[in-house]
Amino acid sequence: MKVTVCIGSSCHIKGSRSVVEQLQYLISDNNVGDKVELGGTFCMGNCQKGVCVNVDDEFYSVTPDTVKEFFETGIMAKL
Amino acid sequence: MRKFDTKIQHLKYKVLREVAKQAWNDTLLENVLKIPEIIVPGKVPTMRCCVYKERAILSERVKMAIGGDKDNPNVIQVIDIACDECPAAGYEVTDSCRGCLAHRCEDVCKRGAISFDHNHVAHIDKTLCVECGQCAKVCPYSAIINRKRPCQIACKVKAIKINEENAAYIDNDKCTNCGACVYQCPFGAITDKSYILNVIDLIKKSENEKSYKIYAIVAPSISSQFTYAKLGQVISGLKKLGFHTVVEAALGADMVALKESKELAEKGFLTSSCCPAFVKYIKSAFPDMQQYVSHNLSPMATIAKYIKETTENAKTVFIGPCTAKKAEAQLDTVKPYVDAVLTFEELQALFDSRDIDITELPEDVLDNASYFGRIFARSGGLSDAAAQGLKEQNIDFDLKAISCNGIEECRTALMKKSKNVLDANFIEGMACVGGCIGGAGCLTHGMKDKAEVDKYGSEAYEKTISDAVSVLK
Repeated sequence: MKVTVCIGSSCHIKGSRSVVEQLQYLISDNNVGDKVELGGTFCMGNCQKGVCVNVDDEFYSVTPDTVKEFFETGIMAKL
Repeated sequence: MRKFDTKIQHLKYKVLREVAKQAWNDTLLENVLKIPEIIVPGKVPTMRCCVYKERAILSERVKMAIGGDKDNPNVIQVIDIACDECPAAGYEVTDSCRGCLAHRCEDVCKRGAISFDHNHVAHIDKTLCVECGQCAKVCPYSAIINRKRPCQIACKVKAIKINEENAAYIDNDKCTNCGACVYQCPFGAITDKSYILNVIDLIKKSENEKSYKIYAIVAPSISSQFTYAKLGQVISGLKKLGFHTVVEAALGADMVALKESKELAEKGFLTSSCCPAFVKYIKSAFPDMQQYVSHNLSPMATIAKYIKETTENAKTVFIGPCTAKKAEAQLDTVKPYVDAVLTFEELQALFDSRDIDITELPEDVLDNASYFGRIFARSGGLSDAAAQGLKEQNIDFDLKAISCNGIEECRTALMKKSKNVLDANFIEGMACVGGCIGGAGCLTHGMKDKAEVDKYGSEAYEKTISDAVSVLK
C-alpha cells in the first residue's frame, strides 16, 4: 500500500509535518512498515482540503487531529 | 512603479517579453526578424547613432533571448557590435590639470612616471606607470582619472580582455558565469543567454498537466524581489503561467545544511558548493583546492533531485537571481534534475508576455523550508546554517567558518588556505557581493535586501532544519 502525504506549502502550513510524523510513529508502532510505503509529494492540487493524503489512488483529507482515526479506517482497515 | 534598476535591464526585458509573446502565439519563426523594429519603430534613434545600429544590436539581443550562440559554451556572451569600446588606458591626466607648482603627483609617484611639459602640465609615462593610483588621489583638482572599462572593473576574476577590434571578449576558462559584467556594462554589451523558450516549450507540451507536471523551484532571494507585489501573488502568477506548484530551493538548502555540516565534521575542512560561480572559480584559479569542495549538490539540484525521484514524470525549472545557475544546470551531475533555469528578470518578462498582472492576483502560500534554509540567500547565511546543522545533529565539531562576501574575499581566503595560514575550517563562498541577493539576474539590487531575506526567513513555519526536512524521509 502506498500512502502519499502532500508536503506542498499549503498542506505544510496546515500541519503535514505532524501528519507525517504521526503516521511514521503509527506505522512502526503497529509493525506494518513492510506493508505501508509512506511518501511525500509537492501539491496534489486540492489545497482547500489539506492536509491531502492519497492511499493508493484514494483521496483523504486529514488534519493533525484526525490522523489516528484516518490510520485506523484508511490504512489499517484496508491492509 | 519601477521594476528594474537600469534602462539596460528594461531593454533586455522588452526583447525577452516580445520573444516570449511570439513564442506563445507560435509566431516566433515568422516574426523573429521583425522584433527589432517592433521595439525600435520609426526613424529617430534614442540609444545609438541611428535606428539601424539600434536594430542591428537588438537582433543580437533577440539571438541571446532565444538561447545565444550554440557554439560558445559560456552562458555569458559579449555582443560585439554593442560594445562601445570604452577607453581602457588606465591612469591619464585630463585637461583639468592646471599646471600647478606643488607637483604632489610627481612627489607621490614612486616610479618616476610623471613628467611636465613646457606649460607645467603633468604627463604619465605609461612604460613606467604601475597603475597604483596614488597620483590621482593627491591631485587637488582631481585632474588624474582612471580610464577602465566598467566590465573589467566588475570582473574580479579578470576574465574580460580586449580583442584586436578593441571590443571586450571573455576568457571562458576564467569566467565564473557570475554575471557581474552583465549588470555593470553601461551599454548592455554583455548579456546572459536566455532559456525562456525552453520554459515556454515545457509549459506548452505539458498540455495543462496531461503529459507531465512542472515544478517551479524558487530561490529564497525572491523575498527581496518583485517588491511591487506580495510574494504570495508571485506564487499565484507562477501557477497561472502553467507551473503545477512552487517549491522553495531553500528546502534543498536545509537538506544541504545537514549533509554539509556532517561532511565538514568528517573531513575537518570544507568549502561550500552552493554557489556555482565560487565552485568554478576554485576549479580555474585554485585547482589544488578542488579536493576541499563539498561533494553535496547545490540546494537547487538537491531539491530538484528529490522532486524527480519522488514524482513520476516531473519537470523542474529553477527561478533565481543567478546567471551561473544556468551553467550549473548544464553540468552532467545536475542536468538530469534541472530542466531549465530562469532569472527573476526573465520571469518578469514571462509574466508580462502573458499579460499577467500579479498585483491583481490573490495571495498563494510558499512555505517548505526553515529559517536557516531561507537565509542561504545572503552572505553569512550558509555558515549560520552549518552551525545549526552541527547542533541539531549533535555533532561535536568546533566550527570556525569564514563567510566570504564576494569573489575577492573568496580569493583571499583560498589564498590563505593554500598557504596554510587560514584560521578557519569552513569557507562559505559567495561570488556575488551580499550573496545571492546581489545576483546579476535580480530585478533590483537594494540596500534593504538582506533585511528582507532575514524577515522572510523568520516567517518560515518551521524553525529548525530537522523539522523542515523531516517530511522528506
